[in-house]
Amino acid sequence: MEFDALTLARLQFAFTVSFHIIFPAISIGLASYLAVLEGLWLATGRSVFLDLFNYWKKLFAIAFGMGVVSGIVMSYQFGTNWSVFSDKAGPVIGPLMGYEVLTAFFLEAGFLGVMLFGMSRVGPRLHFLATLMVAFGTFLSAFWILAVNSWMQTPVGHAVNAAGQFVPVDWWAIIFNPSFPYRLVHMLLAAYLSTALIVGGTAAWHLLRDATQPASRIMFSMAMWMAAIVAPIQIVAGDLHGLNTLEHQPAKIAAMEGHFDTHAGAPMILFGWPDMEQERTLYAVEIPKLASLILTHDLNGTVRGLKEWPREDRPNSTIVFWSFRVMVGAGLAMLALGVWSLFLRARGRLYGQPWLLRAAVAMSPVGLIAVIAGWITTEVGRQPYTVYGLLRTAESASPIDAAAVGTSLVAFIVVYFAVFGAGAFYMLRLMHKAPALAEPDLDPGTPLHASGLMPGPAMEQEPRR
Amino acid sequence: MMQLDLALVWAGLLAFAVLAYVILDGFDLGVGILFPFMPDERYRDEMMNSVAPVWDGNETWLVLGGGGLFAVFPLAYAIIMPALYAPVIALLLGLVFRGVAFEFRWKTQRGKFLWDWAFAAGSTIAAFAQGIALGALVQGIPVAGRAYAGGWWDWLTPFSLVTGLALVAGYALLGATWLVYKTQGDVQQRAYRFAWIAGMVTLSAIGLVSLWTPFLSEAFLHRWFDFPQVLYVAPVPLLVAGAAYALFTGLRRKRELSPFLASLALFVLSFIGLLISFFPYIVPTSVTVWEAAAPDASLGFLLAGAAFLIPVILLYTAYSYWVFRGKIEPGGGGYH
Repeated sequence: MEFDALTLARLQFAFTVSFHIIFPAISIGLASYLAVLEGLWLATGRSVFLDLFNYWKKLFAIAFGMGVVSGIVMSYQFGTNWSVFSDKAGPVIGPLMGYEVLTAFFLEAGFLGVMLFGMSRVGPRLHFLATLMVAFGTFLSAFWILAVNSWMQTPVGHAVNAAGQFVPVDWWAIIFNPSFPYRLVHMLLAAYLSTALIVGGTAAWHLLRDATQPASRIMFSMAMWMAAIVAPIQIVAGDLHGLNTLEHQPAKIAAMEGHFDTHAGAPMILFGWPDMEQERTLYAVEIPKLASLILTHDLNGTVRGLKEWPREDRPNSTIVFWSFRVMVGAGLAMLALGVWSLFLRARGRLYGQPWLLRAAVAMSPVGLIAVIAGWITTEVGRQPYTVYGLLRTAESASPIDAAAVGTSLVAFIVVYFAVFGAGAFYMLRLMHKAPALAEPDLDPGTPLHASGLMPGPAMEQEPRR
Repeated sequence: MMQLDLALVWAGLLAFAVLAYVILDGFDLGVGILFPFMPDERYRDEMMNSVAPVWDGNETWLVLGGGGLFAVFPLAYAIIMPALYAPVIALLLGLVFRGVAFEFRWKTQRGKFLWDWAFAAGSTIAAFAQGIALGALVQGIPVAGRAYAGGWWDWLTPFSLVTGLALVAGYALLGATWLVYKTQGDVQQRAYRFAWIAGMVTLSAIGLVSLWTPFLSEAFLHRWFDFPQVLYVAPVPLLVAGAAYALFTGLRRKRELSPFLASLALFVLSFIGLLISFFPYIVPTSVTVWEAAAPDASLGFLLAGAAFLIPVILLYTAYSYWVFRGKIEPGGGGYH
């Protein structure tokens, strides 16, 4: 690989966005979880929900802070490294990102302070409102930024002006472009699942040492419900997303499947090594006709291979073939965990089976791994275009020296590993500490808080719901 | 019905966003700049707590500034970002360090001093980079076709270094007067002293930059010294003098709020002065507001939302400030 300015700019984007996406995935999920916990606390008055709220609030604050600072980097990187893309696509995607700032970022930031620090100042009900606003803000943020990304994948509703810029014609079509609904659902579910696995893994870690802790039991139960219910839904959503991709970006599907030749009755390649030079997938382990069945719902349906496109128009199959399999494998593992937990729950042994707990601990990062693998699949699969089929990545970059891009790339790598490494360490350290009864917060004046301070009643309440 | 000049409306809105950013994040960056000069750890806790609930909202105006420029003046965004490559990267990395310090600093005893330094250095670097970017913009950015046409070190000049230092001093002044308003006791007394020093430096820098700017370009010179235009622009320096008087009088009389308000006024006036120099350019002196504007379909679509959302944002931002009104309690550790 040649390290010219373009390659370095792509590496920089890949690196910074891969780090960034971890934090929104956690904060989308945790914000909703916090809203649920606080709502349960207000509805039932059981202090254990407030304890859990205060426990996860601290982790949310760290993840959110890292999301903010790594997100600002993204919003300026379009201009620094991708100025031609910015000039051309700005009139279409710029206003969508403008709406993200106006509806989502300000909402999150405006109510985050109240949510983190304001319980004793505003009282529980207004505080709950603030928590809901933060959660709603994370959803809106996902909505707009995924509209942007989806338009880049399946661009519609625009025209091109004399200066070569994409200009909006139909905003409704631009926002609700063909791949957007699928991508939005898929990403939101992914955020919820990732967070559920982190919560479940943390709970399991504590239950392995003491299976009677009420707070850990509650969060483990909630997390396993999420895995059991949402993982199958996610698999269906992912399948529909894939069929949508087949319709609009068939080259991406061919690359994901490792198909170079167009077949009627195409086999499903389970594993192998797609070789872009030789135009075939080496060491392929295949199931006959299965790809045609899955993609066309017909055993002898035709599945197009990468050779249908000129070499310079093909996405890198080696990368997306494997990133796709990592994502699917992660999804199947989540499904297995969810089913296993249902099985044990039905027998009343949800908290008493150490192997389930160990598996949950091992699974805690798997949701995030799936998120990154999925994004690699869809973004690398969009290549060689930034705006699919219309604007090439090579024609999108800033006219900048390789030295400048390379230097800033090294700076980002060093700083991100140091800073976000420290952040991950602090988060793990907090998660290593079991949620205390009466998890401390700055709200001694809140009457509801005092109601459950006695450990007795809280212990007796059966957390199973 | 009169046709709205959407590009001009957006130029005004973006100018407002940038000004909101500068004065809001200005004081919390300023608190970071002053961090190393506060000797006691508990004092630094108070300093950080005075901005912890609001810093994120303040910084969001920067995202609106950048995102808004991308949305409504994509050509300007595409020219300015590569032109200011190094300062922008420095700004972003500075913001990373200081942003995470708000959380990380409370998560460790052994490493606390590290995050103190991250907060201080990150804030200072971010302020300095912003000042350099401003100076580089004022001195002009060469353009060929639809792209930046200068070199990678063009932003680095004596003028931009001065504007960089000026902004560090100015933010320190905002931070110091904010602390005067939000704290009490020894922390407040020290903040008064910081405010004196930062105020002196800031005013000298404003004077120096104001005298220097008109000689950077013919257009600026005419804007400020031609008759009868001079009558329209003359109130700006006079009002600066008034704000300076209010600042030092407030500090001398140990007022708590008026020094902060006077510092804000200094920033608003300096910003108006800049706009007078810039207009109608968005990339001085290459690209005008109208040349850089996205098509009306883009401007109108975002304006429809912004006209409703920006007042709402201002309302709940004001609410958030109101919730956290009053003096910071010494020893109150936030929620950490």
